Amino acid sequence: MLQVAQKTDDYLSRFAQLEARLAGDGATFLLPIRKKAIERFAQLGFPTTRQEDWRFTNVAPIARTAFGAATGDGEAVEAQQLATSALMQADWPRLVFVNGYVAPQLSSVGKLPGGARLESLAAVAHADPEALQQHLAGYADYQDHPFTALNTAFMEDGAYVHIPKGVYLEQPIHLVFVSTADAEPVVSHPRNLIVAETGSQATIIESYLGLGDGVYFTNAVTEIVVGENAVIDHYKVGREAQQAYHIGTTQIYQDRSSNASSHAVTIGGALVRNDINTVLDGEGAQCTLNGLYLVSGRQHVDNHLRVEHAKPHCDSREFFKGVLDGHGKAVFTGRIIVRKDAQKTDAKQTNMNLLLSDHAQVDTKPQLEIFANDVKCTHGATIGQIDENAMFYLRSRGLSEPASRSLMVYAFASEAIDRIQPQLLRAQLRQTLFDWLPEGHRLQDAR
Amino acid sequence: MLEIRNLHASVEGHEILKGVNLTVNAGELHSIMGPNGSGKSTLAQVLAGRDTYKVTQGEVLYEGRNLLEMDPDERARAGVFMAFQYPVEIPGVNTAYFLRAALNSIRKHRGLEELDAADFLDWVKDKMKLVDMDERLLNRSINEGFSGGEKKRGEILQMAVLEPKLAIMDETDSGLDIDALKIVARGVNTLRSADRAIIVITHYQRVLDYIVPDFVHVLIDGRIVRSGGKELALELEEKGYAGVEQKNAATEPITS
Amino acid sequence: MTTATDATLETWASQEYKYGFVTDIETDSLPPGLNEDVIALISAKKNEPEWMLQWRLKSYRHWLKMTEPTWQNVHYPPIDYQSIIYYSAPKQDKDRPQSLDEVDPKLLETYEKLGIPLQEQEALAGVAVDAVFDSVSVATTFKAKLAELGIIFGSFSDAVQEHPDLVQKYLGTVVPYSDNFFATLNSAVFTDGSFAYIPKGVRCPMELSTYFRINALSTGQFERTLIIADEGSYVSYLEGCTAPMRDENQLHAAVVELIALDDATIKYSTIQNWYPGDKDGKGGIFNFVTKRGKCQGRNSHISWTQVETGAAITWKYPGCILIGDNSVGEFYSIALTNNHQQADTGTKMIHIGKNTTSNVVSKGISAGFGQNTYRGMIKINKGADHARNFTQCDSLLIGDKCGAHTFPYIEVKNSTARMEHEATTSKIGEDQMFYLNQRGISTEDAVSMIVNGFCKEVFRELPMEFAVEAQRLLEVSLEGSVG
Repeated sequence: MLQVAQKTDDYLSRFAQLEARLAGDGATFLLPIRKKAIERFAQLGFPTTRQEDWRFTNVAPIARTAFGAATGDGEAVEAQQLATSALMQADWPRLVFVNGYVAPQLSSVGKLPGGARLESLAAVAHADPEALQQHLAGYADYQDHPFTALNTAFMEDGAYVHIPKGVYLEQPIHLVFVSTADAEPVVSHPRNLIVAETGSQATIIESYLGLGDGVYFTNAVTEIVVGENAVIDHYKVGREAQQAYHIGTTQIYQDRSSNASSHAVTIGGALVRNDINTVLDGEGAQCTLNGLYLVSGRQHVDNHLRVEHAKPHCDSREFFKGVLDGHGKAVFTGRIIVRKDAQKTDAKQTNMNLLLSDHAQVDTKPQLEIFANDVKCTHGATIGQIDENAMFYLRSRGLSEPASRSLMVYAFASEAIDRIQPQLLRAQLRQTLFDWLPEGHRLQDAR
Repeated sequence: MLEIRNLHASVEGHEILKGVNLTVNAGELHSIMGPNGSGKSTLAQVLAGRDTYKVTQGEVLYEGRNLLEMDPDERARAGVFMAFQYPVEIPGVNTAYFLRAALNSIRKHRGLEELDAADFLDWVKDKMKLVDMDERLLNRSINEGFSGGEKKRGEILQMAVLEPKLAIMDETDSGLDIDALKIVARGVNTLRSADRAIIVITHYQRVLDYIVPDFVHVLIDGRIVRSGGKELALELEEKGYAGVEQKNAATEPITS
Repeated sequence: MTTATDATLETWASQEYKYGFVTDIETDSLPPGLNEDVIALISAKKNEPEWMLQWRLKSYRHWLKMTEPTWQNVHYPPIDYQSIIYYSAPKQDKDRPQSLDEVDPKLLETYEKLGIPLQEQEALAGVAVDAVFDSVSVATTFKAKLAELGIIFGSFSDAVQEHPDLVQKYLGTVVPYSDNFFATLNSAVFTDGSFAYIPKGVRCPMELSTYFRINALSTGQFERTLIIADEGSYVSYLEGCTAPMRDENQLHAAVVELIALDDATIKYSTIQNWYPGDKDGKGGIFNFVTKRGKCQGRNSHISWTQVETGAAITWKYPGCILIGDNSVGEFYSIALTNNHQQADTGTKMIHIGKNTTSNVVSKGISAGFGQNTYRGMIKINKGADHARNFTQCDSLLIGDKCGAHTFPYIEVKNSTARMEHEATTSKIGEDQMFYLNQRGISTEDAVSMIVNGFCKEVFRELPMEFAVEAQRLLEVSLEGSVG
């Protein structure tokens, strides 16, 4: 494993400093967890392509880069820099983090109805650690996932969202993570905890943005606990900078009759890996995992889904679409596990890819592990190119080649964007799609 | 309309209903609430005629007839409808075809003329508006590819089409977001009428904000431990099932 | 699952096999066993030209070097190839009946009983039938009428006599003599089968059909069918099969070769209802069949549709070799296994030409102790630019003692290919039944609703006359199994 020079030691020594710094702080229950996590990371090291879960994604560039620890530098960012990309115009409750630390002057929480909480995780850990104890680090597995182990060891800030029983938040909550790396490569470990109590309902959006041109590494983990009959609609929009590495885990835990959806939209970043895991641990729970990735240049985007059906009568739906251009590469792994008791499981997975260039590449791998006998599991994967007949048809009606092509791509990707509920976010992503397409602006005018 | 007397039912030798008494009259809306495993769904399934559950004692009279002796399809034709907690998918079977077959079997039983495809379509289109459903759903297979919310709305649609005398809603509200819940509630409220009885079985008080019951019953461990008006639901919400149960441990269960 | 529904469903699903009777007819049979003399005798009985005999012997010698395949997911006791009778035919005064009037009335009666009247005035209008009884073709209807259009339709034996050039040109070009153990055996010993040739630009006005009947004891049926659709022609062909109820297993090892030239279309449908064995798995036909079509010409189209409800074991993979640019291969299948039946079936689509398309829809139904395997290969060769494949593979389980298995093999060597694969496994159960009952629909109606719903996409592909028959057959075969 060590044929690749890994900077594992950097992390180990930096952990010692962190340990000293955090000693005696509010969330003492976390210290033993951090310790276990860093020890586990020391054992695992960075993954290699010989491990099945990382077969198509080589993280050597992350492993061999010496990343400095990011420092919260909220002052350096001005609100107008974020205007469009972070939807600053929306009057949504918003927490902004710069390089992993909360930036109060960019944030705007206001007063949430029904006693709901939206706070910086660091602040809560300091002032009210008991609030975190029950759930934090209780779901995202750091035993088998080196990056989650790293995040668990180093987490300091992120968002804490708590929606009390029966409370309905009409406005989406927006969490914005901005990275500003320029000269020196830095790493941040944002950590979010979202807890929706029985019968509550909320929408949570995470946006990841890169402002600098430098190399940086965002290693994020979000844990979402969806209580009985609660409804959570979650979005993760990745617009990292060109040279950025992003490894993120969204870990969802669902109780009885709960309804969770998580959408992962990836547009930027050099190397992006999204682990999206959900455990359906209560009868009648439903989950929807949607995604869209637009990949070009030499980008590499890996979506790694794991849906575990642990109880009967749960439904899961996965719908991921990708468009690849240039030398872009995408990986989709959809693992569905149906436990023995999870009878009447209904799981459906779809992954569709559109290749715009001969050099783009997709590896798609469905994986079904079924231990119950009365289940319905469907998977479908397509890798295709633009239908030449349709292209010809459009061109015969006077559309230029690039315009026809853009129209076809737009139609393909729209199906994923249409599934996004918050109207402002949907409009923003549609705009992003237009910008991404070669003759997108013309299409936009014609609409 | 419905009289349940000392109903005991078990599954695989395990007793779930331990003496349920309940009287429901036409025009009334009853809500049965209870924690997980209290026997709510069992009660619904026994009333609809699921043979997994064995009735060991007691009787159920429906319009004076012994309901327990009737086959499930016989009960359906006699006007008993259950909205399923988990509506079943049946691939390849067209929803419109199915609904027409169901409606005609019931109409025939009632001595009404069977509807042809065109008349049926007119009949069903009106009802679809009630639950905000797209007509295209009629051409899809039964419940296949429907979202959780669509399935539950579909159950209300079927209820509207089949016009039952007694409708039992088994946790129709579970797993719904707020918008879907409002649609379902609107459907049920529209279908309330003087000659129809409705039983809303639920786990959560929330739905009763939208469907206001005439009577609320608390089912715990296979027995109705308390009955009351709509305010009982609020009390439950406040004190939890444990609180309500204790308070009533001594009192005789009452029926409406 | 429980009582009331169970009971109804069981009665419904346990109907007797209707075609299990034996026709008492004098036969001309060879003794059991296989060697070069037997092959020479078969060839001599058919008065075959020397090249035909040599081809048989070449096959036989190759077969001796082969071993029986074991990779398939089926289990059966070893077959003693020396105990099989390789030739058995109803005795006749002349070599072959010259017209339908001369066919033994007992045979006509047999087919009448099977629902296939051979008298042209009584026959299904629009369907020409070639009736194969054990080792020989006993009658072909509407032969003359078809000949007016230049269509050749009749027994393989007649074709060898009357159109040796066509047979020699195409025989073994789709399924070579060395293809696989059972196909090679067939190449050595095949006795009869059907032959059809549709000339250029002719749209065959009626369904062509072959009805295969195994009657004699200890006999293997080794038929061979060859269909050639010349440029721009169209033909729809259907085969049906039945056999008597016996405690012994009987071997049926057939080969079917289809050739479609430029712009030609062949639709080939099978309703296979061989005796499946009794409810304990005793007896039944081993149905080991090699079927393949070659889309040789541009824009050619071959479509396989099969409803497999019979046989103790079914082993077949009707496939298409898509050579011509823009050619289309299709496979629609319903395979049902009840009691102790086993099926390992699927398809093989080999894309060679540009813009070739294949569609695969497979519906497996397992009930009782039935084991149902879908095995499909999709191969996209290097030159097959813009090839497309769509595969849908659904399994329905009835009860909990049966099994469904899916083995897709996908080999893609061209990056412009577009592949779609969907698979589902579900269980018909009390839930679906109860749901329909609760809406006022009777149990009987509910079962046929569910099963027909599941199979809808395949029924749609069958010629109308047979879709109804297939639907009914499926219901009969499933009787008593839902529960």
